[in-house]
Amino acid sequence: MVDVTLQPNRVGTTHAARRRNGLRNALGRKSTVAFLMALPLIILIGVLVVYPAFYALHLATLNKSMSKFVGFGNFEFLFKREIFWMVVRQSCLFAISAVIFKALIGFIVAHFVHNVPAKKQRKWRGMLLVPWVIPPAMSTLAWLWLFDPSYSAFNYTLGLFGIGPISWLGEIGWARFSVILVNVWYGAPFFMIMYLAALKSVPEQLYEAAAIDGANWWQRIWYVTLPMMRNIIAITTLFSLIVTFANFDITRILTNGGPLDHTHLFATWAFRVGIESSDIPLGASVSLFMFPILAIAAVFILRDISKRGNEA
Amino acid sequence: MADVTLRKVVKRYDDVEAVRGIDLDIADHEFVVLVGPSGCGKSTTLRMIAGLEDISDGDIMIGGDVVNDVPPKDRDIAMVFQNYALYPHMTVAENMSFGLRLKHYPKAEIKSRVAEAARMLDITDLVDRKPKQLSGGQRQRVAMGRAIVRNPKVFLFDEPLSNLDAKLRVQMRIEIKKVHQKVRTTTVYVTHDQVEAMTLADRVVVMNHGRIEQIGTPNELYHNPATRFVASFIGSPAMNFAPCRLEDVAGRLHVRLTDRLAFPLPPQRAARYQAIQRTDKLLLGIRPEHVADARPHADPGVEPFDAMLDVTEPMGMETLVYFTLEGTQVCGRVTPNAGAKDGSPLRMAVDLNNMHLLNEVTGAVL
Amino acid sequence: MSTVAIDKAGPTRKIKYRSMSRDRTWALRWSYFFLVLFAIFSLTPPIYMLITSLKSSAEISAATNPWWVFHPTLSNYAELLTSNQFLRFFWNSAWISIIVVTITMLISVPAAFALARMKFWGSATLATGVFLTYLIPDTLLFIPLFKMFALFGDWTGIQLINRWYVLLFIYPTLTVPFCTWIMIGYFASIPKELDEAAIIDGASWFQTLTRIFIPVALPGLIAATIFAFTVSWAQYLYPLVFTTSTDQLVLPVGITTTLIKGDVFNWGQIMTGALLGAAPPLIIYAFLMDYYIAGLTAGATKG
Repeated sequence: MVDVTLQPNRVGTTHAARRRNGLRNALGRKSTVAFLMALPLIILIGVLVVYPAFYALHLATLNKSMSKFVGFGNFEFLFKREIFWMVVRQSCLFAISAVIFKALIGFIVAHFVHNVPAKKQRKWRGMLLVPWVIPPAMSTLAWLWLFDPSYSAFNYTLGLFGIGPISWLGEIGWARFSVILVNVWYGAPFFMIMYLAALKSVPEQLYEAAAIDGANWWQRIWYVTLPMMRNIIAITTLFSLIVTFANFDITRILTNGGPLDHTHLFATWAFRVGIESSDIPLGASVSLFMFPILAIAAVFILRDISKRGNEA
Repeated sequence: MADVTLRKVVKRYDDVEAVRGIDLDIADHEFVVLVGPSGCGKSTTLRMIAGLEDISDGDIMIGGDVVNDVPPKDRDIAMVFQNYALYPHMTVAENMSFGLRLKHYPKAEIKSRVAEAARMLDITDLVDRKPKQLSGGQRQRVAMGRAIVRNPKVFLFDEPLSNLDAKLRVQMRIEIKKVHQKVRTTTVYVTHDQVEAMTLADRVVVMNHGRIEQIGTPNELYHNPATRFVASFIGSPAMNFAPCRLEDVAGRLHVRLTDRLAFPLPPQRAARYQAIQRTDKLLLGIRPEHVADARPHADPGVEPFDAMLDVTEPMGMETLVYFTLEGTQVCGRVTPNAGAKDGSPLRMAVDLNNMHLLNEVTGAVL
Repeated sequence: MSTVAIDKAGPTRKIKYRSMSRDRTWALRWSYFFLVLFAIFSLTPPIYMLITSLKSSAEISAATNPWWVFHPTLSNYAELLTSNQFLRFFWNSAWISIIVVTITMLISVPAAFALARMKFWGSATLATGVFLTYLIPDTLLFIPLFKMFALFGDWTGIQLINRWYVLLFIYPTLTVPFCTWIMIGYFASIPKELDEAAIIDGASWFQTLTRIFIPVALPGLIAATIFAFTVSWAQYLYPLVFTTSTDQLVLPVGITTTLIKGDVFNWGQIMTGALLGAAPPLIIYAFLMDYYIAGLTAGATKG
């Protein structure tokens, strides 16, 4: 990536550690300078990320007018409401199925792109990544129009085969399918690009060795490709799980939670409750339910990424 | 131009001492090579001279001034790194002039200095290229050029030839020597390659485990190593060491290697070793070049013996032979027409005038 | 090692080789077949945007073949590009994105340099913290942030809610952690000898950063810039929460809220607006695809 003329050198990590000490000497109070250089970052994270995260916890314990401490009152209230459990189920269904399909499609497409002669790969890659590049709010509008109740281009096409019309966003089942479809459309290219990078990093010699050992196409994927890609697959999947679980744009524009709140996710419902209905504490409580899944995924990602963190 | 002095220099990392008290005086214009196995502290020592590492204890002086707390840029040194460390986004000329530009030298002077260095290193045609477009040897020249244009008090080389192939290494070695003869700048050069050390150095500093084992001219180290480490490190193939003890046979001092093999010592060696206890466990150190095929008219002190060869390695100008003495493998160098064959016997001769006796326990050369 | 094995397999090799090449031809055909399918799937929405944007309202409501334009017209484009309101959205988006990119780079490049090279107390923790921050989604923070800025307005009298520039404070929470993270990666990949050489050449830390690190890590810097721009441009939730007056809206929110008026969906204009809104990231992508992809894979982006 970075064009550096230097070859990987013989000096190990112990040496790297030594060097830092020497460099510290090189500029008197180097650590002070370094701290100042990182200070804007620290302030930004502290004031606009860490503080609001804890503030959300505080808000969740207040009543609607934010005048009284109610402890777990908001949560008790949520647990009693049918719609809350519907949101939980829909969030899980949405996130898990969307991530599975994104991962599968991404993996398959990455393989196909990888099969194509190297010169043409760029072109295909370029086309297939377009969904990821368009701002999701914009592309979801196109889907909304494709799913339009009276002018749906899909229904027009299906009608030519005598199928439909399908009420894409009007029926609960189809609406759920549609939001997942759009999310898969948007997110699969990312998996594709990550897997493609991983595929390229598998040394060709391993495949040659496997071929000589008599492995067939499937065995090569199972015994060579997948183990070599395991790390990237894990990290990409966990990442995607977090952002899919926290998704807002697609559902908001496509169904706005409907029909009858059946496609609400935590994010869209929190927006509905917290901003549109001005019940900020309840909205904060809802959005906090995204935290556990986030924390679990983060722990796993950190485990994988810690190597890189140490290097850096 | 300046001399460099190290006084009891120590480098400690959390729990390890990488450099354990080094004293070294490098004279003006001198070319000193620090040599030793990896992890011996030679690179750390160099980096402390450069100011890239703190000194845990002791003093470093450049040109008489203590520079312990002086940052690298004010030490007036130049360094050549193993992997060249050329700035990839700058042309050769920009690489060489970076330091001068930072110090706001006049443009004309920068230009003439770069041109002068480029001419000296024969890279005038390359000054407008980027490092990426250069071969390994050319990059090495540019790295040296970057050091030369600065006209510093001291040149520091950190294994500069390790990344080059064998042929280029020999060529660049000569190049470095030529440059030093021209500019005469005090030079400290680190390498793990004893051949490089021997060929380049005015004086060689052999280091091991953070200590200096011996300082001396290449010839001193070769002929009079102070320790077993130096004896085995300098010279290739390495010196043979065979367990032995001293014995008096018929009034003459002998060195006994096995029950059946003992050699009488030449008079001046016998005198030197006379005082050693006959029961002491000793090592006979003898270089392969002093274990040769027997000739009809042997010089005094050259003693013949029969050996059963295990393996032979024809090198062209000579043949390396390996045989076993009481479980110790011994290497010898014989002429190609001596008739050495794998698994066959050969009449050999050992030149005891060049023998060394070492204490088996301390490794000290007696 | 593999050559030895091939020699051993000598007798059977020819037969195997032929079948392998036939396998490969078929694998290639199948690959192309499925790639075409996936490309159609990927490109249908943007192409449909383009098709619709070229239709007049009359043609859309006539419900002719939706995949074809019978009477192409640029009237939708003309209308939007002369509409003060739409241009306002566009400029709001553009200004915000450009300023946020600048802020992001000014914060994350020095921070990444400090974290990658100049270890200080707690720097390792901070590097991990940066990464964790990047994992926190906007949907978790928008409610407390909204309340914080509302309270800030109450206390100081400086009203930030419903002002486009409030987004200049908020977008960096999305861009800075990621950009810092990938810049740490790029900086860390620069050999230590390079800054040592610079130090010996007499460069200060600042000069090492500006004259060595930034030029050498330029591909990473470009990737980070592209990322910061596309994130700022595409952000939808925060402007939806923080801005309501039509003159304060950014493009995505503007299009979804003002062009959709009640039940009257002017789809020709909506698609035109969406396409124009998608254009800047797409244009950047078209020209700097390699940097875009490098940035994407370097930091294992959100997906």
